[in-house]
Amino acid sequence: MREIVLHLLDLAENSVSAGAHAITISVCEDLDADRLTARIEDDGRGMDEETVRKVTDPFFTSRTTRKVGLGIPLLKEAAEASNGRLEIRSKPGAGTQVEVSFQHSHIDRMPLGNLSTVFLELTVAHPDIHWIFQYTARSHGSQETYEFNDEPVKEILGDVPLTHPDVLAYLRETLEEGLGTAQKSLKPVIYQEI
Amino acid sequence: MPTVKSLDDLKKIREDALKKREIKSAPGSIQIIVGMGTPGIAAGARETLKEILRIIEEKHLTNITVRQTGNIGLDSWEPIVQVLKGEEAVVTYGKVTPFAVERIIEEHVLGGRVVSDYVIPA
Repeated sequence: MREIVLHLLDLAENSVSAGAHAITISVCEDLDADRLTARIEDDGRGMDEETVRKVTDPFFTSRTTRKVGLGIPLLKEAAEASNGRLEIRSKPGAGTQVEVSFQHSHIDRMPLGNLSTVFLELTVAHPDIHWIFQYTARSHGSQETYEFNDEPVKEILGDVPLTHPDVLAYLRETLEEGLGTAQKSLKPVIYQEI
Repeated sequence: MPTVKSLDDLKKIREDALKKREIKSAPGSIQIIVGMGTPGIAAGARETLKEILRIIEEKHLTNITVRQTGNIGLDSWEPIVQVLKGEEAVVTYGKVTPFAVERIIEEHVLGGRVVSDYVIPA
């Protein structure tokens, strides 16, 4: 998986398998701090300490309770190869939080990929989950944030499915516009060797 | 936060859909399921799903719901797509590229002919 958004899709699928009802995905591109951070939080069944330790082990997968295989170890390696890290916080019954960060300007950092496509896919294809997506762009001391919460959308739609073509167009355009505006606010920062 | 699209637009979409009675979940309703476990994503399932949603929007197909599911367990066939049409038996397709999506929607979902080229042999 060569894009960060593909890993987010993968992590989201873990959250769904863990029985989550609400999942929040936040992405922050902070050019001032030269960091790219992505976080996914769920209210699923969570994991005990030992399981948390094991999920970054490629030879561990708990196929009976939740599917964690190669996804997380590969992401951890990719993060660490670009001055980043992967952290998992979880407690049984209290959900799971996975945070991955990269040095934004690192030559080996994998590209972010198209966030709006992935957000659209998750919203539409997991209609029972309450999704919140946040994107923050920070550069030269200024910050632009976009947030999408699917709850008001679902309230209005009622029994009209999210896959109705007009709804799809609405969601796609809303996400593209919101994320696009925030992403366009990023102004390149020139980093100097320390 | 600039949102050119407002929730009022959404209300209008709902009213229009109800007016046209497009949302009746008749027996002919169709479900498309995309396998999105790690192997599926690695094999390109995101592009597959994207293409399904694109075609639904483009062809204005109102009777289809799309779901994603975890690992189906046939890794070498990923990306995997399942089509459920009303009472008919579920059809499982393998190696579903965006190109294959177009054929599956055109021939199976709309035309009613299973696309045997992509069916995973039992």
